[in-house]
Amino acid sequence: MSTGRRTSQAMSWFANRARWRWPEIALWIAAYALVILFPSRALLFNEVAILALFAVSLDIVLGYAGIVSLGHGAFFGLGAYAAGLLAKAGAGVAPLSDPTLGLLFAALVCGFVGYITSFLVLRGADLTRLMVTLGVALIFAELANRMAWLTGGADGLQGVAPSKILGLFDFDLYGRNAYLYSLTVLFLLFVLARKIVQSPYGLSLRAIKGNALRARAIGIPVNRRLNAAYTLGAAYAGVAGALLAQTTSFVSLDVLEFHRSADVMLIVIFGGVGTLYGAIVGAAAYKAMYDILAAATPQYWQFWLGLALVLLVLFVRGGILGLVAEVRRRIAGHGK
Amino acid sequence: MTAVLATKSLVRRFGGLTATNNVTFSLPVGARHALIGPNGAGKTTFVNLLSGVLAPTSGRVILDGKDVTAWPAENRARAGLSRTFQINQLFADFTPLETIGLALSEAHGEGAEFWRRVGTHRDVVDEAVSILERLDLGDVMEDRVGSLPYGKQRLLEIAIAVAPKPKVLLLDEPAAGVPEGEREQILDIIAALPEEMALVLIEHDMELVFRFARTISVLVGGALFVEGSASEVARDPRVRQVYLGETEIDHHFDKPGGAS
Repeated sequence: MSTGRRTSQAMSWFANRARWRWPEIALWIAAYALVILFPSRALLFNEVAILALFAVSLDIVLGYAGIVSLGHGAFFGLGAYAAGLLAKAGAGVAPLSDPTLGLLFAALVCGFVGYITSFLVLRGADLTRLMVTLGVALIFAELANRMAWLTGGADGLQGVAPSKILGLFDFDLYGRNAYLYSLTVLFLLFVLARKIVQSPYGLSLRAIKGNALRARAIGIPVNRRLNAAYTLGAAYAGVAGALLAQTTSFVSLDVLEFHRSADVMLIVIFGGVGTLYGAIVGAAAYKAMYDILAAATPQYWQFWLGLALVLLVLFVRGGILGLVAEVRRRIAGHGK
Repeated sequence: MTAVLATKSLVRRFGGLTATNNVTFSLPVGARHALIGPNGAGKTTFVNLLSGVLAPTSGRVILDGKDVTAWPAENRARAGLSRTFQINQLFADFTPLETIGLALSEAHGEGAEFWRRVGTHRDVVDEAVSILERLDLGDVMEDRVGSLPYGKQRLLEIAIAVAPKPKVLLLDEPAAGVPEGEREQILDIIAALPEEMALVLIEHDMELVFRFARTISVLVGGALFVEGSASEVARDPRVRQVYLGETEIDHHFDKPGGAS
């Protein structure tokens, strides 16, 4: 085969890899359709969309940068307070209280804090990283508790009233616009993340996660790339927290609690690490299970959740998306 | 001749063990140099010191006139020092195409570009494809690296090190574990590398060493034992002493230049 023809073949192979596939398009259409099909559940869907964005942010850190973080909730909480405080401070002043500005502010604050802490996190190996991320999250939780003059302490931050989205849409009582707002933010940031992981930079992250020794040997500045990924993940988590503050008009200390970090880790592993979509599917599955199991067995729902997690991790590689891929392989194998 | 890579009194200790003992070494541009020595002589430790995987206890490493002793591996790689590993260090989930594409984009300083899709620069893809074809990997360029046969993985290990067009290439037992029939191919590929690229071959197989090397260093107990042209080293009675008992090697020392 001539090199020229093979180059064209290689270029179309790269293009094909990045193509949007129909299940992806179907997923997004379905997500928007939900609000029409089940308008009464919009508040729940809004929670799922926020959780999905939070999970996507952890997937960038865990699935692409390979940093195991037990304190990712710190950025979620920080983003919630940042957006909440900005909305309070700018109440009534049209451009300042615009929710989109709140998102940007939360992203900048969390990106900045993420960048600074990334140097601490990257100093050690896995166990050290786990402890550093956990420690940073604990510090933030205690700071929010002590700085009651700013955060409202245990009473929470009240009176968070963002104005109309882009001056056009109001947050309604049923959460319809809230869901559409969160979903659209999720979609836009997802498209951006998808673009980034398919870039040369994204490829280098995969390389570092795959084999750091070789990555260094071909000249990849490993730590600088990971600093950037951690910063991006922190900014994304901040936006997710900001969405929660804006759509619920309230921020409580709960946003910084440990269970947020643990839940989101569980969701990403549940859905499939390092796929981006796994984070969304995981968030939806987690909320659905909670909804169904908590209604059926209010006391024991965590038992069933735990059981499902253990089975999935032990018997299927790559979470729910891994399971789907395996089933598709089996079916394709039977067809032949 | 100017040295592209040199060490000055390089020492590396692991606790009480001195794995590299006061090695002063110099590699000219375009060298075809072999580093040999019995098992445990510290060959791989020395390569790790050169490439920055390990930091020396004392001494200096000079690459292309710059003192790189304190530089991490990635900076040395960007300054033109490339290596292969004795045990394959590849990205199992990549395809050979992605692997070489990545090595090239990093070499061109485009590795941090996050705003464009990978594989959009035709010249880079073209270069990747021609490297893969040259190393007989063209037919498997879209396969998963982890599922390639061992021989192909070994070729990719060389391809990834060659792709950035390094000034110095350290080949740590490139033919290790490769079946007899495929060793020839690896030797041919090494022989076809650009003349100006300085090559260091770390090898046990004396036939390979004598077919490839113009100069040889013998490492024993972490220290440089003998250094010289291939024929000088082959004739040196002390070297034969060190290798005594290893009959296959003995045989090759009797016939410098190897059986061809």
